[in-house]
Amino acid sequence: MDLLIDILTGICFIVGGFFLFVGSLGMIRLVDFWARLHAASVIDSAGLGLILLGMILQAGFTLIAAKLALIVLFLFVTGPTASHAVANAAFMSGSRPREMVEDETAIEEPKAKTAKKTKKRVSKARKKA
Amino acid sequence: MRAAVLTFGLFCLWLIMSGVYLPLIIGFGVISSVLCIWIIYRLDLVDKESITQQLRTGSSIRYLFWLTVEIGKADWAVAKVILAKQMPSQQRLILVPARQKSDLAKVLFANSITITPGTVTVETESDQLIVHALTDEAADHAALEDMGKRVCQLEPGWQESEAK
Repeated sequence: MDLLIDILTGICFIVGGFFLFVGSLGMIRLVDFWARLHAASVIDSAGLGLILLGMILQAGFTLIAAKLALIVLFLFVTGPTASHAVANAAFMSGSRPREMVEDETAIEEPKAKTAKKTKKRVSKARKKA
Repeated sequence: MRAAVLTFGLFCLWLIMSGVYLPLIIGFGVISSVLCIWIIYRLDLVDKESITQQLRTGSSIRYLFWLTVEIGKADWAVAKVILAKQMPSQQRLILVPARQKSDLAKVLFANSITITPGTVTVETESDQLIVHALTDEAADHAALEDMGKRVCQLEPGWQESEAK
């Protein structure tokens, strides 16, 4: 039983660590602010969730496990709220993603038309590049 | 009544966090939770919504499990994007209708979107959300509306006919 828990913990830590690494890599690699926000959200959900799940498994049915579960709960509420606040501040100050395929907020024309137009524009831009 | 429930909730949190159950320490817990609630009332930070049950318990738990699976899938999708040799740039800002009635359900929906990697709620309007999506896959209107419908179903008094 102990061995099983240790193995499960190991899997949680390895997979969680992988997602933490990928998230951090994404923060550096992705193109702009908006894309990097998503890399941070990988760390928030998978990385944090799995690492803390591993810790809960190690703690067993103790008060420490309850505390860790509370940490997960609070971070799962506050994490997205913080990302939303950052994204909202960027949106309000007029920042828009680079090379957007479609922006339903910008133009009030029929959606299908604008989508095609933007796509064409983007593909032209790509050809030039 | 309201203050009593809030104090009790805070005190339970204290009990979980403390772990030392001596009369003196528990006494400190009681004093600090009462003090907190008193300060909150002095600052007039209590919202005026009632503490009646705003979400169905059973379906909420089921929803959390479903959301966990969705987060897992989305995590993998975003990890693939990050590790891909060619960075796809398919970013979009899309509008997603939010038909939830209570503020709590709306917050739950918006936060569910944000915590799912690949989509971030950027702005909330009265009946729709502006969502930024990283990839084509993430900008799936049907999937987002399905999530919205699931949150609607958590509200008490939800009926099938209202979904349309």
